[in-house]
Amino acid sequence: MSENLTPENDLSKSAKPAARQGKVSSRVIEHFVAPLEETPLVAVDKVDMTAAPLSLWADAWKNLRKQPLFIISALLILAVLVVAIFPQWFTHIDPTDQSTCSLNDSGEGARSGHPLGFTLQGCDVYARMIYGTRASLMVGVFTTIGVLLLGGIMGALAGYYGGWLDAILARLGDIFFALPMILGAIIIMQLPAFRDNRSVWTVIVTLVVFGWPQIARITRGAVIENRNADFVTASKALGLSSFKALVKHVIPNSMAPVIVVASISLGTFIVAEATLSFLGLGLPQSVMSWGNDISDAQPQVRNNPAVLLWPALALSITVLSFIMLGDALRDALDPKARKR
Amino acid sequence: MVMFAFRRFLQLIPVFFGATLLVYFLVFATPGDPIAALSGGKPMAPAVEAALRAQYNLDQPFWIQYGLYLKNLVTLNLGQTFSGQEVSAVIARAYPVTARLAIMALAIEAIFGVLFGVIAGLRKGKLFDSTVLVASLVVIAVPTFVLGFVLQLVVGVKLGWARPTVSGAAPWNELILPAVVLGLVSLAYVIRLTRTSISENMNADYVRTATAKGLSRRRVVVVHILRNSLIPVITFLGADLGALMGGAIVTEGIFNVPGVGNLLYKAILKGESATVVAVVSILVIVFVVANLIVDLLYAWLDPRIRYV
Repeated sequence: MSENLTPENDLSKSAKPAARQGKVSSRVIEHFVAPLEETPLVAVDKVDMTAAPLSLWADAWKNLRKQPLFIISALLILAVLVVAIFPQWFTHIDPTDQSTCSLNDSGEGARSGHPLGFTLQGCDVYARMIYGTRASLMVGVFTTIGVLLLGGIMGALAGYYGGWLDAILARLGDIFFALPMILGAIIIMQLPAFRDNRSVWTVIVTLVVFGWPQIARITRGAVIENRNADFVTASKALGLSSFKALVKHVIPNSMAPVIVVASISLGTFIVAEATLSFLGLGLPQSVMSWGNDISDAQPQVRNNPAVLLWPALALSITVLSFIMLGDALRDALDPKARKR
Repeated sequence: MVMFAFRRFLQLIPVFFGATLLVYFLVFATPGDPIAALSGGKPMAPAVEAALRAQYNLDQPFWIQYGLYLKNLVTLNLGQTFSGQEVSAVIARAYPVTARLAIMALAIEAIFGVLFGVIAGLRKGKLFDSTVLVASLVVIAVPTFVLGFVLQLVVGVKLGWARPTVSGAAPWNELILPAVVLGLVSLAYVIRLTRTSISENMNADYVRTATAKGLSRRRVVVVHILRNSLIPVITFLGADLGALMGGAIVTEGIFNVPGVGNLLYKAILKGESATVVAVVSILVIVFVVANLIVDLLYAWLDPRIRYV
């Protein structure tokens, strides 16, 4: 801080907060390069004319590759994805086959071939943990996709066109905000129509219904920030229709904060599914998921806590990696925060 | 300020009607008849069915149904539980417990969250900062019910420092453990928010001015940085109090705390739709009002907000 203390620095700085300045200048550099003959550059030969400017994403990727937080979380997510898609690679026991469970093993500890012991029903804890990955991850991924589509479209339209559309969508968002996610999900999931047809998809629909306003708000804010940017005006002046300018220029440039929040939300959706399953309102018993396993292990938690702790550990590590990924992305996509 | 409060209050009205309409619509107008569900899907005597429909106003057109539901909500005539108790009386009994738990959790969040956040923010990039950051990430990632079971098992059962479950009267000392579980996740957020806010303000012009005119670091931190950095933290805490007052379904369920969250949990398990709707409606109102108070608090603390 001390190097900034010189008086001329103090005077030259306008009253505008530094945050704004940083954003405006980076935007101009990225997207608008004036033709040389119109630019009174003195030291033209010092500028490498052939070098293409790094896009926000290329710049972020350059930064991300060096961040340990990103590398760890990306590797963990990759591992979880592989486990979710190919669970049979990681265990020779197929826990979906009831005959692999034997009540003789009920609540038994670890032994060779069964590293994490057995559940009350005598099923292998490790195999169930491996096979439970898919349902939990599916809920997280598809809910995030749904929320991004619904919230993204709503937020982008509201922010770009403004006016009555914005007013209506903002009020609609407020209404959904008034219902905390878990409370809202509880109401929907205990409806007869949902209670009797529980599946991964009903859980996803429920979470999307209560998750979209957050993404809509973020998208709206980012779109408003960009809709009057020079590069949008320029593209319109070149004859692009208003809607095409939104799709081709405004939305791609507004994605950074949305992606960050989506990554973190993915983790919270997995937790929400587990919480609903824990309350007995989430995935049906027939679906193997961490939330269901934790819920099943709950009555025996004082005698046999391991059965509860292993799926809980898997769940926490997965959620943690998505939150860490979001954190790393936030740092990488916000050059202003990086400089400090 | 009065104008701002008035405008903000007006915004509340569509939210109130919208949210209650949404809850009501979801429960009573979606496919799958709640009355049929009462009998477990088996055929019901027509007279019984008609009486039940009349009791829940389901024989009326939808808008009249909704109007009657609103009227009942406003007059706190929330119907009865399966065991014949008035829902409003049950909520009134449970609420003080939830309020006590919420206040304790909030105190934990505020005291430790601000303390750790300030230290981490002032020493950004140092060992304490990184440790606190990683720890807060872990706390955020572990679901509340896992945290609850682990602490219940370790502190309550293995170490015996606290009662694993809360007794009927729910005195303050028995609520400490549930309050810690309830407060931990938000504690992590408070720490991160305070840290970011502090480290952002450290680079602000007014801080440089304060340092330049020769104030001691202590005075700069306490009087200048802290006062300005705590505005977003206070609003977060306010919003969180609203969420906490909405009942901690999971935490209260685990520790058997006789609050509104537990009430809701048991009503869900027993499949008492009418009770669930009544409790959730009340909680939504509490949540909306709490958010209103937070917004007003924000405007009062930060005059810039009022003129936007």
